[in-house]
Amino acid sequence: MKEEIIIAGFGGQGVLSMGKILAYSAIMQDLEVTWMPSYGPEMRGGTANVCVIVSDRKISSPIITKYDTAIILNQQSLDKFEGSIKPGGLLVYDPSGITRAPERKDIRICSIDAIAVAAEIGNAKVYNMAVLGAYLKMRPGLEMANVVKGLEKSIPARYSEMIQKNREAIEKGMERVKIISE
Amino acid sequence: MAEKILLKGNEAIALSAIRNGVDGYFGYPITPQSEVMETLMKEKPWETTGMVVLQAESELSSINMVYGGASCGKKVMTSSSSPGISLMCEGISYIAGAELPCVIVDVMRGGPGLGTIQPSQSDYSQAVKGGGHGDYHCIVIAPASAQDMYDFVDWGFELAFKYRNPVIVLADGIIGQLMEKVELHPVKPRRTAEEILRDAPWATTGKTSGRERNVITSLSLDANTQENFNRKLLDKYNAIRENEVKYSEYHTDDAEYLFVAFGCSSRICEAATDILREEGIKAGLIRPITLFPFPEKEISRLAGQVRSIMSIELNLGQMVEDVRLAANGQCPVGFYGRQGGNIYTPEEIVEEFKKFNKLS
Repeated sequence: MKEEIIIAGFGGQGVLSMGKILAYSAIMQDLEVTWMPSYGPEMRGGTANVCVIVSDRKISSPIITKYDTAIILNQQSLDKFEGSIKPGGLLVYDPSGITRAPERKDIRICSIDAIAVAAEIGNAKVYNMAVLGAYLKMRPGLEMANVVKGLEKSIPARYSEMIQKNREAIEKGMERVKIISE
Repeated sequence: MAEKILLKGNEAIALSAIRNGVDGYFGYPITPQSEVMETLMKEKPWETTGMVVLQAESELSSINMVYGGASCGKKVMTSSSSPGISLMCEGISYIAGAELPCVIVDVMRGGPGLGTIQPSQSDYSQAVKGGGHGDYHCIVIAPASAQDMYDFVDWGFELAFKYRNPVIVLADGIIGQLMEKVELHPVKPRRTAEEILRDAPWATTGKTSGRERNVITSLSLDANTQENFNRKLLDKYNAIRENEVKYSEYHTDDAEYLFVAFGCSSRICEAATDILREEGIKAGLIRPITLFPFPEKEISRLAGQVRSIMSIELNLGQMVEDVRLAANGQCPVGFYGRQGGNIYTPEEIVEEFKKFNKLS
């Protein structure tokens, strides 16, 4: 088992931390992971992306150009990465950041209105966890117990009250994911 | 069972320093390694182990603080990235000349000059061939994972004290920024004053009546004295060449073609090797883990076995010179590299490999 994932959006949307929580959850399930951010002179509002590889074997190259899964949160990232998804792969996107719908016919596509989920929970910061929930529903590889452990490891102790809120967002994301094409 | 946590390579350096009984870290921030000092400042080891963490006013100061701490037999280190290491080179030469142990972490970025903040391996020559002036060598070890970053701090100090020599941990922006699972080993306490006297009897720890003065210097104005000292250094470097070479091999047993790559490039070449093997092409990889001393005997042996060797580096071709010397004409030696912070993919390496070997 090996899954190569790109998560991309604007800086400030929680792209890097979503990747970190996903990676930590995989470690809690005793899998190997790499988390490689695009780093540069980047800032809030600019684009941000991270490649996460999850595998049951040692991971060689952390540098990849084709993805099993793309989690896309803005139009620039859809334009950049839609063509790099492997045939039969998965695209999860938030339609509120998208002006042109995905065009690929050879991949599975689903959307998640994560802004609505965050608004229901009453905290904009859990936006990225609603997206993660949608992904976890479509790729049911990680057990919820390990995802919660991943959350606990990733969130500083002083924000421990956020663990429950994040979990709620993940669960709502799992419920609300909308399949566009199979 | 040892605890396993998710860490960036840079964070692993910092946690390893605290957990392996390092006495002092002196540094100045620079991308892509700023998380080293950020993590140390967040962890506040001065409240737990008593480790000193200081942001100096420049890289010149940090390396000379390391010089001072090392003179007293302390386990002291610094970290920086390419332009910062250039500033430190005078100090590194003095530390090598004064035969002092220390660890210097270089998380390379693209150059020359201020260059780019993206990953590169363009300081191979600087680290391995000198950087500063004079006939000296640093021991150079090249991590390829966050776990290596964690492990190489302790290994670096072990080598540094064994040979009284500066050790460079030559990483790059990828390994510094990459997050991976890291296994934390049991904590080693900092050394006591008695242990420092035992392990570093040469250190300036305050003269007692029972011994001669210890002198730390890199100055000797007498030609014969200096020449004798240089020859003593040569003996030391030869002992290092004899005893400390470390490398790893991947599918070299039956290899007909060989990649040589260090650090992050070795992992990308491992993936390229897998692709070629799937196509029925018998490729293999040797990863030098120590860059000085260089695994020349192993590469020489493999050069007699394979049809060709390619050195794959994120620079214009630096290590390839050492690969050619080791191969010594036994087989053709090629090179492929990317620069400026661009990184090759496994597929790109496969393509360049086929071009070089006329297989496409």
